[in-house]
Amino acid sequence: MGIPDFDVLYFAWVRERIGLPRERISSTAGTVGDLVAELRSREDRYAAAFADLSALRVAVDQELADFDAPLAGAREVAFFPPMTGG
Amino acid sequence: MRVHVQPGDFDPGAELSAFGRRAGVGAVVSFTGIVRDNGTGTLEAMEIEHYPAMTESAIRRIAEAAQARWALADLLVIHRFGRLAPGARIMMVATASAHRAAAFAAAEYLMDYLKSRAPFWKKEITAQGGEWVAARNEDEAALARWRDGAGKAPGPGSGI
Repeated sequence: MGIPDFDVLYFAWVRERIGLPRERISSTAGTVGDLVAELRSREDRYAAAFADLSALRVAVDQELADFDAPLAGAREVAFFPPMTGG
Repeated sequence: MRVHVQPGDFDPGAELSAFGRRAGVGAVVSFTGIVRDNGTGTLEAMEIEHYPAMTESAIRRIAEAAQARWALADLLVIHRFGRLAPGARIMMVATASAHRAAAFAAAEYLMDYLKSRAPFWKKEITAQGGEWVAARNEDEAALARWRDGAGKAPGPGSGI
């Protein structure tokens, strides 16, 4: 089996800070936190976006998840600030 | 149950006149959210971003939790996205039940969860540029009151 691909989505100021709404990433990250560590080490804009995880929320396959959630079998990971609906 | 996520406006009067018209309904409660000016009259627009693949399913899950908690005969959620002018309608919820206590409580529950658990993000646009609206601690705290079973519909004989 090859390295799995994920669609990684960014919303609101996370999207603006990173500079794109989505990208396809090949990664062997076992958890969301591992993926964040990988992204942080890429470039400054990622490090800036992921500087404070308490300011971020994550969804795995369109369901809210924790940063220690496993990525096995996941297709889509989304990062965004706390939601402001209503 | 009806859930609509849409860019366009809606007519609360038309929605409500068609809502909850079935046997056993004794109470309809509705809430309409409006784009509020920022207090200095400088708000040009509110931009609402959302997560299209997730938004409707997240709202449906919240609505199903409300239905599991209260005896609701009907439930409606409409939420807009895109660029909205001050004074524009953003969203509405409506609940129908046999009695008002359940309809009021379920409407408040829906609003509390839509605010913090539905994937929308608001940005205030002024001549100076755009600023993302920060989530408020009070909004997160509002969810806590639903976790201990508060607001359950009263049982028979409670006089409501």
